[in-house]
Amino acid sequence: MTDYYLATGLPQPNPAPDGLDAPYWQGLQDEKILLQSCTDCHKWQWGPEWICHHCHSEQVTFAEVPPQGIIYSYERVWHPVHPALKEQGPYIIVLVEIPAADNVRLVGNLLGDPQQPVVIGSTVLAKFEHHNDSQPPFTLLQWRTG
Amino acid sequence: MKERSLRGTVAVAGVGETAYYKRGEAPDAEFKLALKAIKAACENAGISPKELDGFASFSNDRSDPSRLAAALGCSELRFSNMQWGGGGGGGAAAVGNAAAAIATGIADCVVVFRALAQGQFGRFGQGPRRNTIAGDFAHTIPYGLMSPAQMFAMKVVRFMHDHGVAQNALRSISLAAYHHAQSNPRAVMYGRPLDEETYDSSRWIVEPFHLYDCCLENDGAAAMVLVSAERAKDFPHKPCYLLGAVGGSHYRAGASVHNTPQYASSTFPSLAPHLYDMARITAKEVDVLQCYENFTGGVLMSMVEHGFCEPAECNDFFVKERFLAPDGDLPLNTSGGNLAECYMHGLGLIIESVRQIRGDSTSQVENSEVSMTISGPMVTPVSSCIFGGETTL
Repeated sequence: MTDYYLATGLPQPNPAPDGLDAPYWQGLQDEKILLQSCTDCHKWQWGPEWICHHCHSEQVTFAEVPPQGIIYSYERVWHPVHPALKEQGPYIIVLVEIPAADNVRLVGNLLGDPQQPVVIGSTVLAKFEHHNDSQPPFTLLQWRTG
Repeated sequence: MKERSLRGTVAVAGVGETAYYKRGEAPDAEFKLALKAIKAACENAGISPKELDGFASFSNDRSDPSRLAAALGCSELRFSNMQWGGGGGGGAAAVGNAAAAIATGIADCVVVFRALAQGQFGRFGQGPRRNTIAGDFAHTIPYGLMSPAQMFAMKVVRFMHDHGVAQNALRSISLAAYHHAQSNPRAVMYGRPLDEETYDSSRWIVEPFHLYDCCLENDGAAAMVLVSAERAKDFPHKPCYLLGAVGGSHYRAGASVHNTPQYASSTFPSLAPHLYDMARITAKEVDVLQCYENFTGGVLMSMVEHGFCEPAECNDFFVKERFLAPDGDLPLNTSGGNLAECYMHGLGLIIESVRQIRGDSTSQVENSEVSMTISGPMVTPVSSCIFGGETTL
């Protein structure tokens, strides 16, 4: 058994070949949440893009945000659509708003009992799930109730 | 300056489809299915396929127009068009694109088509079989978010949360579709009725979607031939005119990793008013509605965003009886739709809209003169269109 929330065998995340989200994935390995912020107008955006959607500046950079968020929505999955999840049983996906970054949203799993009630609007704290036995290693960003 | 509008400029000459099969069970190759549906639509119009001079499709259909034109012996090709992005959300937009080509003299006789053979090319509702993933999907798939049902359930959860929508509202949509399929011999679910208890006890796919909230996956093909409105009466069937068609999405609908600002949406809030403006129709005037069910929650949000009811009224509005032809006040998905007739990526719904104007649906609404179709909610871009009978011009 592993400490991973989901069974292993799903496709593992690689940084995009064009490098757009590479700082984000490296940040997770370093236990930091780095999201995109505009150097010129200071707006945040996610997913990453090459320019700021607000002021069109190309000076977008990755900046650290505190490891906490608010559940914006969620879903409890029952039917597996990948062979790796055949024995998984139900699991919870959460969509988490990051108040410190203009409420951009991140997708992750809610740790704990997969049949727990989930409360939209509740605070969650980040947990960095390191997959150091993978080649290459990677880290997923998971959430637990605060 | 002349008003820029498709209203009344284009008519449907013919519609056709192959037999509909369970996914993976079509006896023909996908390209042959496309040819058969196009031939059927031309036969329905009473024209030779050689008269077609344009092709329009959506969702990256694999049947290439140049090969189709060669196979059919078309005398020339003048329009070869693909709605970019959005999967089934492109259905009504493909009709609009074809109509725009005809209205502006780019082509004269355009067929809108869609063909699917999932046995030949793989399924929609399955996760990817690969070791790594990069780009937008790297931010979702490793968390077990990979199928269309999973991509859209979180929008519906949030909408239901915001507006207090109960599960029974979703159920009414499914029950209406299965009800209508029992009158439609083409329907894959013909002879397989659905009742409340069966819905309630069916397994969850992903909350809030039970099994019966999810569309089928099928093999087959469908096609529709469009011509200019001047020729509308040259064909065997009652004239059916396009009153309006729109395709697109609201502000930053494509912001990746579930970051569209107006998240709990079917993607129609800015688009639907353009449809009504072009068609010069209001929601109250719509006699019959075909609304794309990838999942019932998308139907509910699409209907709200097309002005059929207020968000807070959903629990009262979404009751089965309202949606049943011929007596309900808004008959919905009268062929059985994507849930129970066939999942032909929604083109079957558009054909059913035409049948309602012609008067030859298997669940016909009396005196149906305004017939709307909504394509592919919750993706981007989405689309919708309205057909009308001669009295609406």
